[in-house]
Parts: sequence; C-alpha cells; structure tokens
Amino acid sequence: MLYIKCPHCGMRPQIEFSYGGDASVKRPELNKEISDQEWDNFVYNRKSLRGKHLELWQHISGCRQWIKVERDTATHEIFKTFKADEEVA
Amino acid sequence: MSQDFRLESVGLINRDKKLSFKFNGKKYFGYEGDTLASALLANGVHLVGRSFKYHRPRGFFGAGVDEPYAIVQLYRNNETEPNIKATEQELFEGLEAKSVNCWPSVDFDIGAINNFLKIFLPAGFYYKTFMWPKSFWYRIYEPFIRKAAGLGVASTKHDKERYEHKYEYCDLLIAGSGPSGLSSAYAAAKNGAKVILAEDKPRFGGSLLTSDVNIGNQSGKDWAEGIISELKTMPNVVVKNRSQIFGYYDHNMLVMSEKVSDHLPKTKKYHPNKRLWYIRAKEVLISSGSIERPIVFGNNDTPGVMLSSAAKEYLKVYGVLVGKNPLIFTNNDSGYETAIEFQKHGVQPVILDSRKNPESEIIDEAKSLGINIKYSYVVVAAQGYKKVKSADIASISDDKKQLGKIENIKCDCICVSGFWTPSIHLASQSGNKTKFKEEIDAFVPGTSKQQETTLGAANGVFSLEETLHTSFAKGRELSKKITENDNEVSIPNVVEKKSSQHDKFWCVPLPAGKNYKRFLDFQNDVAVSDIEIAIREGYRSIEHVKRYTTLGMATDQGKTSNLNGLQLVSEIENKVVPAVGHTTFRPPYTPISIGAIVGREVGKHSKPTRKSPMHAWHEKNNAVFVDAGVWLRPRYYKRGNENLFEGSKREAKNVRTNVGVCDVTTLGKIDIKGPDAAELLNRVYTNAWLKLPVGKARYGVMLREDGIVMDDGTTTRISENHYHMTTTTAQAANVLSHLEYYLQLVWPELNVNVVSTTEQWAGAAIAGPKSRDVLQKLFPNLDVSNEGLPFMGYIEGDLFGVKARIFRISFSGELAYEVNVESDYGNFMWQKIMEVGEEFEIQPYGTEALSTLRIEMGHVAGSELDGRTIPYDNALEGLVSKKKDFIGKRSLQRPAFTEDNRQRIVGVVPLDKKTSIPEGSHLVKDAKATLPNPKLGHVSASCWSVEYDNPFSLAILKDGKNMIGEKLFAMSPLKNKVIPVEIVSSHYVDPKGERVRS
Repeated sequence: MLYIKCPHCGMRPQIEFSYGGDASVKRPELNKEISDQEWDNFVYNRKSLRGKHLELWQHISGCRQWIKVERDTATHEIFKTFKADEEVA
Repeated sequence: MSQDFRLESVGLINRDKKLSFKFNGKKYFGYEGDTLASALLANGVHLVGRSFKYHRPRGFFGAGVDEPYAIVQLYRNNETEPNIKATEQELFEGLEAKSVNCWPSVDFDIGAINNFLKIFLPAGFYYKTFMWPKSFWYRIYEPFIRKAAGLGVASTKHDKERYEHKYEYCDLLIAGSGPSGLSSAYAAAKNGAKVILAEDKPRFGGSLLTSDVNIGNQSGKDWAEGIISELKTMPNVVVKNRSQIFGYYDHNMLVMSEKVSDHLPKTKKYHPNKRLWYIRAKEVLISSGSIERPIVFGNNDTPGVMLSSAAKEYLKVYGVLVGKNPLIFTNNDSGYETAIEFQKHGVQPVILDSRKNPESEIIDEAKSLGINIKYSYVVVAAQGYKKVKSADIASISDDKKQLGKIENIKCDCICVSGFWTPSIHLASQSGNKTKFKEEIDAFVPGTSKQQETTLGAANGVFSLEETLHTSFAKGRELSKKITENDNEVSIPNVVEKKSSQHDKFWCVPLPAGKNYKRFLDFQNDVAVSDIEIAIREGYRSIEHVKRYTTLGMATDQGKTSNLNGLQLVSEIENKVVPAVGHTTFRPPYTPISIGAIVGREVGKHSKPTRKSPMHAWHEKNNAVFVDAGVWLRPRYYKRGNENLFEGSKREAKNVRTNVGVCDVTTLGKIDIKGPDAAELLNRVYTNAWLKLPVGKARYGVMLREDGIVMDDGTTTRISENHYHMTTTTAQAANVLSHLEYYLQLVWPELNVNVVSTTEQWAGAAIAGPKSRDVLQKLFPNLDVSNEGLPFMGYIEGDLFGVKARIFRISFSGELAYEVNVESDYGNFMWQKIMEVGEEFEIQPYGTEALSTLRIEMGHVAGSELDGRTIPYDNALEGLVSKKKDFIGKRSLQRPAFTEDNRQRIVGVVPLDKKTSIPEGSHLVKDAKATLPNPKLGHVSASCWSVEYDNPFSLAILKDGKNMIGEKLFAMSPLKNKVIPVEIVSSHYVDPKGERVRS
C-alpha cells in the first residue's frame, strides 16, 4: 500500500485516496473548435508510461483535494506531490 | 504413559502440564510447550501423511515454518482447518488432527499406487495427459483430479472466529528475534526509538535456543531471555511472539499475522483468533535467519530423513530424540553440532561427512567425545518404506562423481545438513536486488530498494560474534537517525566455536544400475529426474521450470528445495547459479488464513450500512428492505401475507389513484454556492442553466467527457448564488468528485463551493392525485395551488415548526412533491405526513413501486443510464443544448453516436399481456435463428403496469425510433424463456405528461 504525502494533510495511506489518471492531460478550452484527433487524444489516448509519471489522485477520505503525484509506475517510488494549482517543474 | 523418545529434564517444555491429544483417532500425551510434531515424535510417530503426487509416506522434515511434509487437518472447538503444519501447531489439551492426502488411511493409502506408476507421472504430467479429448476435462478429468489432489478440506461452515486488523506505525520493525534481532532491537530501544520486534515462533531467541554458545558469561538462551524481559518493560517497545511478518509491500509497509488463539483449545472471550498487523515502519531490520538445506540422495523423502537442525531443535527445545540410532549426513560443521547433542544425551550417532579432512573446533569436540566419523562418505539411499530402517552408504571420490563400494548400515533416522540458506524472502519482496554469495552457495540481499537492512544469518553471516557487533551497531545507527539519541550499549563478550568451510556438494550421484527417486521438492514430489525432463523438453527460464515441474510451488514455497533446484538447473545448463537466477519471492512467506486477511469485514460488516432517519418507522411498519448501494431502503411494506409482487402493486396503484409517500433520503444531495454556480451547472449539464430563476428546479443530464450519460437529477435555485443539486443514489459520490475535479483542476477560476449534504437532509416524496391535499394540510399557510407552486417550482415552508424545503418535482409521473427537512426532523416529518395523509388514504411505498411507477412512465434510471448510453438512447436529446458547450459535448459528434439507426429506449409489451419479461432478456427478430442469434437490444427494466394491469418493460433497442409496432422475441436463456413481444413507446402512461402539471 502506497504512502502518499497529501500537500494539505501530510503522509496518508493509499486507502484514503482515489486514483485519477494522467495529470498532464489538459482539457481543451470550452467553445473551441478542435479536430477529432485532438479530442480523441484528450478523451482516450494515454501513454501508459513505464517510469516517472505525473498523475492525479484525490484525497477522497481526507481533505477531498485533487493533488498531483509524481510516481514511478514500475517501482511505485513517489518523488514529489503537488497541490492542484501548483506548477510542476 | 511413558514416551519412549522423550528425554528426562531436557528442553523448554513444561513437564508439570500434561496434555492429551488425538492423531488419526488415536490418543497420545504431550506437554505444554510441545508442538504437535514434537509430541508425535516423542511418542515415536513418524508417519504423518502421504505425498502429493505419488502418495509416498511422509514424516517430519523440519521443525518450523519450512516444513514441507507434516501438513495436517486440525480440529478445534468444533471447527476444522486444513493446511496446518504440525511443526508450527502448538499442542493444547484436546487437540485433534488427521493426516491429509491419503485414503482410506495414512497406513494404507490407495493413492500410493501412483508411486509404482511414477514413470507415467513425469513433469508436466497434467499438461500432457488431460488435454484430450477436450470435453473430458469438465466431466472426468477435473473432478478426478480434484478428488485426488489437495492437502486438506476447508470447512463449509460459517467461521465463528473473529479476526482483527490493526494499523501500526513504528521507527524500527525487526523481523525475527534471534541474536541479530535481539541486539538491534535492544540498541534501538535504548535510543528511544519506537520498536516492534516480531517472532514467528512461540519462544523468542531463534538459534540461541539451540546453539551451544556463551554470551556475556551466560548461555545464549539465558542472554536472550534477559534481553527480551528488559525489552518487554520498555514503553517504546512492542515484542510479539507467534507473529509472522509475511509480506513486505510498497513504501515500507509490512503485514504481520499474529496467531492470538491458535495455541489454545478455544479462543478466549473477546479475543480474536488472529490479528493482522499493517505496519508502516521507518526502517526495517530483517533478522529472519536461515534455513538448513538438504543434501539430495536416493529415497531422501523416507520418514526419518530430516534436517539436522530440526533434530537438534527437537532435542534441545522439546527433549525429544528423533531416533536412537541416528545417522548424520553433512557437508559442513552443523551436522556435528547435532551429533554432539545426541552423544551428550546418551545416543551414539554416526557422522558421514562428504569432506575429505575438515578441521575445526567443533570437529575436534566430536572426535574427543568419541563419535564415529566417516570422511568422504555419503548416503546413497535411505532404505525402509514407512520409516528409515537403514542407509546405503558409500565413500565418494574427491570430484564427487564416483561412489565407492556400497555398504548398508542400520539407522532409524538420517539427519541431513547441506549448509544454510539465508531467508531473504522479505528483502526480496521489498525489491532488494539479491546477489549470489559464492562462499555460502546461496543468495543474500544486495542493494536495498526500500528502507530495509538484513542482518545476521539472513544476510549470510554465520558468525555469532560478527552478527552481534553489526546488529548492535545497526540498531544504534538507524535509531539515532530517527530519534537523534545516541546511547552506547556495551557489546557482550561472545564465546563460540569456530567452524570450517562447508563442502560445495549438494547431490549424491546415482549408483550404477539404481534408479532411486531423489527428491528436490518434498511437498510437490519434484525429483531430480523431473527437472532433467523439463530442461530436455526445452524449458530454460527458472520461472518456466518452476511452473512446469511445480518445483517450489507448494505451501512451503520451496524453502528447503529452491536452491538445490537452482544448483541442478545450473549444472545441467552448465551455467553458474547467479546466471540462472532465482524465482520471484512473493508474499505471503507462509500460508495465511483467509479469515485473517478478511478481518472483521464479513457478513453485515463487509460494508457500512446506511439508514435513513425514518428507518425505525419503516421497520415498525413491516418494511421489507433492499440494499441500494450501501443504503437499506424499504422495498415494500408488507401487509398480511402479501408477497413482493402483490405489495408493490398495491402501493403503486395507490399512488396512481390516491397518494403515496416514499423515503427519498438516499438521493445524493450536493450544496452548490458561489457567484459562478450557474456557470458551473451550465458546463456540467447538457441543457441551459444560466437563466433558471430563483425558486425553480430544473431536470438535468450530465455526461462524461466521452459522451456517455453519467447521471441525471434535478437542481434547484434556492437563492441568487445557491443551488441544491440532487443525484441518483448510486452516483452521489462520483458526481461530487466529478464536480471537484473540474473546480479544482480544470476551471479553478470559477468561484464555486460544492459540498455533499446527502446526510443533512431527510427527504419524502409525496406523489399521487391527492398529494396537493396532503401538502396543503402539512403547510396550511402556504399557497400550494398549481399557480402558487407550479410544476418544477420551489418554496420554503414551516412544517409544524420545522423549516422545510418543498420541491414540486416528480419521478412517479404523478402530481408530486418532495419535502426536505433537516435529518434530525426526518422522522417527525414522516409521521406528520402519515397523520395528515390518513384521510386521503396515504400509503408508504417502497423502491419496487417506485420502479413500477417510473418504468411505465418511461423515466430512465440506473438500468438505462448504465454507462453505455448517450442522451439520444434515453430519449433525452431534447435536453442537449446546441448553443453552449458542456462536458462531453464534443464526443456526441462521434459517427457511431450520430448514426441514424442508433439504439434508443422503447417500451416492450408481451403479446399475451401476461408473461413478465425477465430483465436482461435479449430482443431478437427470430427466436429460432442459429446461435449466436443477432441481438437487437436488451430489456433494461420490467414491471407490472398498474395502469393497464399487464407486464411492461423498457428496453434499449437498435433503431428503436423506427421499431414501434414491430413484433420481436424477448429471449432469456437464463430463465429459459422465449416471449413474443410488441415494441411500443417508452411513455406507456400519460405520454403527454399532463399529470405532473395538473
């Protein structure tokens, strides 16, 4: 079970969180014309990386904040966690 | 009754407490502190089971967790448990155990015929034999294999035992209480670190209990006792015996199974049977020791052949002689230690040492005691069927290839020592890159991945002095990092005998003309010849060899067999062992009972139960409850002998004719506040929300980004910047997360707050033509006329002194209102409704009537919004705005979503107007078409229409728009039904929706 540092609450066990997928995906702006391919990429296409991956988690049984977690998908090592609005270097 | 093999006044058992027990129906005695294994051995019982494949007789091989043979079925307190190692099971008064894998008895086992058929049962036997003909698998092979295989029977009764889970955090978790565990725990504890020390056996001390060493001028055992009693007094230390750390998971979380009650005749009141500890440790010290490995020789599975360390443990801990005429077969000094113990207790052993002329202090001691030692000698084969009677022995050449003349010597046990295998399981599970240590012919932990350090024998260090020094230092160093204390502890003086180099020899060659089975894996009957076959047949990877031969796959997970298997593969393949590599160590280290893993989460505790504030009233009024997610909701209120069908029909009919009331507290409720609340709703819902006036509700549909309907519900504008959203019961949590996602990550610029208020409001839906009369009585001062409170209107009122929210919304399709009050007043509200409603013949109605009402109205619910349908499919396309953008809108342009003959909701009526259509039935054109019959759609929800008094169903049907009036068949192979049906509009009742507006 992972041990995740919620930037708001501190170290918490994985059972308090729910996974939210790739954090690098940006939703296209509203009311903007976009191609099928761009929309397809946003809704469906994910890289399924091995290694360092920036992902979303929600501290669902805690502060309910969505956070960004930089995690290695192969080793589960967590390098850093960020608040939702924090810039990821 | 005398115990022939029990020594007087030797061992750590309590001779004042005699215990009686039964094995295979026969009564024996043992003592408190015995294991089932030691007590049986004290009584001279060596035959305890039959092997898995060949049903060969099985005895005891080890004395602990590594035991491959002595697996029994245990009976305790009117319950039975399979898969119990007799070497781990502590004796208690009245214990009963039976042998497994034998029929009709362990002495005469019919399956043993396999032993004589063994040339037909080679590696991969199952894969090769039971493949054809295919149809035989289910009917003949599988039932046969299931009957023949297996190591015991699980109980079919409900497990009455209680199992607990515990979460714990500590600075240092120490696995194993041998010399390294004790010294590192002590040093860390002295630095004030929070320490948990776990020992899988009942007694602390590990190898110190049996080794002949001196620490700080006392015996190893006494020193261990002293340390443990001091640790027990320290508030920052938890010491746990009977506790096996069996898994090392991510981020330094380890799981430990504590056997709280297994050693007792009956679990004490308020005690669990087992306790599972989830421990998050800052640092882990693995001091799990090592397990002796066997040397492979002919018939090395005969009862009476066992590890020399086990023989020593039985003698020193339990005062039990495993034989009176022991033969010790060793390639290192450990065998001598066992021989010396035998000799000291009046039994003359013979030592066969594969080495030519080894020299050491231990060997000198054995010599001085006059023990008969034969150098460059090996056991070629054990003789005897149910028990060792003699051994064929021979001298062996220096290159270990040639055997000398075979002699037979009498013996009643053969104690084998092939040197030591560090227990690296936990380190390996943590991700440690293990490495092969040439000097000890075994893998040891290498580079740590997590915060873990392996010490002592588990790290391949067999010198006690070195172990104590490194362990004290490590415990001090690691705890200092955490607590910043640095207290010096003096390291005691150690006296131990130095040993000499072991012999790199692990398998005795077969003598010419003999074809003895030489077993590697004792529990799964994997012999040298099986590995040879696997490699001949092309299996190269050790992982494949394992799966093909089942080497190391049994409940002991190859604790005694893996390394010898690797040696064999590397020899045949002409590779070095590290190049072959070892198979992956996976948790659990040893079998863990399912009950412990499940913990308290069984039966009604398997999930939380949510009840509405009106639950007690429902109970009192004969509600029959149904699970709705984790909620308990009344399904119908039983009157007399009514069944579900009759009761729900009565309730639904009463709503259509008079008035009914339904508990709708379970609906998800989300409070939305902020200047941008309308904007959020406008983006989340498919329809327009910017112009909804205060005091009005609106029905909305929300999509996922992929265009699929996520949820529906009404949202009401309470005041300028304040909205009350309702969701379906099932999607409440997901919708909240969904809103939070967009607010926190996608559109953080929106100034909106959302919070769940599901539990803050109790809700009652009052529905039916007379509902306005009931409402007027509830709120005599309010104008609840069609003009005062029109359809989709909202007002607030005073319900006999309680503030209430009144929504004119309808799920039933009737004139209806929903009244919300704060949860604490829910019951009060409900009673008032029933009171004032009496004169209008009000009846409560449950979820079954609720479904009936919505189905015949064609209102969609979870069975249509099933994660596969878009708004059009549910006839909700009218709610999809063409002007504004919203979540998921772009996906609705997908070609498949805009196809002309796209699936759509329809109504389904059986032609005979009698036969109910099972939900899930497929709609097909031709009932007799060859399979697979093309499916046109499926029935999503069925009811008995109270309006028309005949069955009615909703279905999602291909090209539903153009199918009205068509005749199809509803087929349910599960229910074995084929029903001719007609497709009708989904709006079966009041298609124009006049009632809700009346």
